[in-house]
Amino acid sequence: MTRYIVIVLILFVFMLPGLAAEPNNVPEAKSAVQEIPAVNTIVNKANMMAYYQGRDGKAKVTMTITSKQGQKREREFIILRKDVNDGGDQKYFVYFERPADVRRMVYIVHKHVGLQKDDDRWLYLPALDLVKRIAAGDKRTSFVGSDFLYEDISGRNLAEDTHELIETTEQLFVIKNVPKKADTVEFSYYNVSIDRKTFVPMKMDYFDKQGKLYRVIESKKIEMIQDFPTVVQSEVTDMKTSSKTEMVFSGVKYDINLDEDIFTERYLRKPPREAIR
Amino acid sequence: MIRSQAVLIVVVAVAVAFPTPAAAKDDNQNSIGSFLNELPVEVHGFYEIRSGYRLRKDKYEKDMSVMETRLQVDLASYLDWADLKVRGDVIGDMVEEQADFDLREANIFTRPLDFMDLKVGRQILTWGTGDLLFINDLFPKDWQSFFIGRDTEYLKAPSDAAKISLFSDFANLDIVYTPQFDLDRFISGERISYWNSNLGRLAGRDAIMGTDKPNQWFRDDEIAARLYKNINNYELAFYGYRGYWKSPGGQNAARSQAIFPDLNVYGTSIRGAVGKGIGNFEFGYYESDDDQNGKNPLVNNSELRFLAGYTQEVGRDFTAGFQYYVEYMLDYGQHKDSMPVGLDRDRDRHVTTVRLTKLLMNQNLRCSLFTYYSPSDKDAYMRPNINYKATDSLALEAGANIFFGDYPSTFFAQFQNNTNIYVALRYSF
Repeated sequence: MTRYIVIVLILFVFMLPGLAAEPNNVPEAKSAVQEIPAVNTIVNKANMMAYYQGRDGKAKVTMTITSKQGQKREREFIILRKDVNDGGDQKYFVYFERPADVRRMVYIVHKHVGLQKDDDRWLYLPALDLVKRIAAGDKRTSFVGSDFLYEDISGRNLAEDTHELIETTEQLFVIKNVPKKADTVEFSYYNVSIDRKTFVPMKMDYFDKQGKLYRVIESKKIEMIQDFPTVVQSEVTDMKTSSKTEMVFSGVKYDINLDEDIFTERYLRKPPREAIR
Repeated sequence: MIRSQAVLIVVVAVAVAFPTPAAAKDDNQNSIGSFLNELPVEVHGFYEIRSGYRLRKDKYEKDMSVMETRLQVDLASYLDWADLKVRGDVIGDMVEEQADFDLREANIFTRPLDFMDLKVGRQILTWGTGDLLFINDLFPKDWQSFFIGRDTEYLKAPSDAAKISLFSDFANLDIVYTPQFDLDRFISGERISYWNSNLGRLAGRDAIMGTDKPNQWFRDDEIAARLYKNINNYELAFYGYRGYWKSPGGQNAARSQAIFPDLNVYGTSIRGAVGKGIGNFEFGYYESDDDQNGKNPLVNNSELRFLAGYTQEVGRDFTAGFQYYVEYMLDYGQHKDSMPVGLDRDRDRHVTTVRLTKLLMNQNLRCSLFTYYSPSDKDAYMRPNINYKATDSLALEAGANIFFGDYPSTFFAQFQNNTNIYVALRYSF
């Protein structure tokens, strides 16, 4: 069970790793070629696209983890999200359905965007009727044993990297992100390719300390749901371990008027019907 | 077991007596059939084999500490007006050489009002902030399962109770009413040898503790309440309990039977972020109602209990937790005066715990160690455990329960001869 403890989050619905934004901290792009916005504008729009569509939302997430040997493991959960304020704090409710040994476990996260404040996380273990409080963790840790990292999913705070627009193609903006504190992460930099029309991040390439590509996250399938471009299938490949994880979203709905109370102990102990249907 | 069946029958009877509105509308001759159609039942559970041995010779117990196969079936149904749940274990127990049925849950949950939840029937109940230490959680525990190496979920024994939860902006209130006292599945000598103070020696199956327990419905009842509020994600709670010592809290006058004297508990707790981790504090005043002044040597004195804990992630997929716990006996002078020399207890009992948990191999391998150490009793209890998920449905587990101490009569040291190792295999579906 504790495997799920470590990580949280989930911001999967609407997801796509990457560009959590602190607009004020983003360095201004030097110039804007015609029709090319400043770097911080691109980054902000991509962030809103990836994490803040609608006021709230719901999705069923199915993850398939395939190891080097070809062994498959599955994770399935329903996720509810509500924004406290647009572009800012959020609340998540995650109800696990598979595998069987974690069925009915519930995870609640109150995500705080401020750099100084850790997320608040709770886990409910139904067999013990136990509400556990989960200590803040290393965000570059695997999420539920998959190849996605907590930070891929909850978003990396942009203030932690410097950003540079390195390429503009007909379809994509490519942004290079270099960590300000290189010793806190395992990569030396990563490039994000963002769709010019929708601002959906389409691909992320991670380079190791030797400058070699070792990890790729791709948006495989995008659908328009209630007029929101939504990544409904994505995949991460880890070249070092030869392992990959596919993530599929189904039943995505936005603006469903989730009650604030859903993200409290009452529903942690007894999930609302919205979460299990 | 008769009670289990009774609860099950009540649950089913109530469910059948209130068909869903949709079923009622159909109103044809086959209302039972349509009711069943309206009753999609989710079936889950697991099958488990568990085997463990004592590492030391114990002349009062069998060498096998645990040797059992277990099938847990978990049935859940979500109706328009309520959720029904039945979860039970069928056990083939080779230590006790019998088959057994342990009904873990059989209850109805409903939200009759916006601000009210209601759960009635057999259920597992937990609250409070301690990690394997309990102050204000007076719901029944199964210490026997815990010490012989069953899964930690079996530390919580079921309650037959009604839980009413009321929610408001000011605070939330849980009230749990248990019409007939639900005692702990405490150490009686059946599976675990223990220090028998009457005999002045260790004892086990030769001296299984007889009990005289309160068991009249609606008279020997328990009531527990929790008033709680989340203030900026600091969880504050107040607790009250009126009932009985859950494990034996005294003896009858002939010293022939363990008894469960009246107990009231009043307490509080707080939990929230502290630095990089989670801190918690809990307090409880145990009022031993049958021995208010501490003069009765046959009944536990009142106590104050305190707990402080802190948990933090100290490395990648590596978590460490620490707790300090104190039991402070009140009216200690009376206790000392009333007890024969040599049988009196220390005034305080101090216990520290350390939990270390490390996840490896894509979090499929969990290594953990939970250690209780009492500096006042000079004894300790260690629970190492390794759990490997070979596939999504198959888990392998190995672990141990290791007791040691300087004196044979202290809380953990008395179980020294029960030190055991175990392995288990579980298939979940």
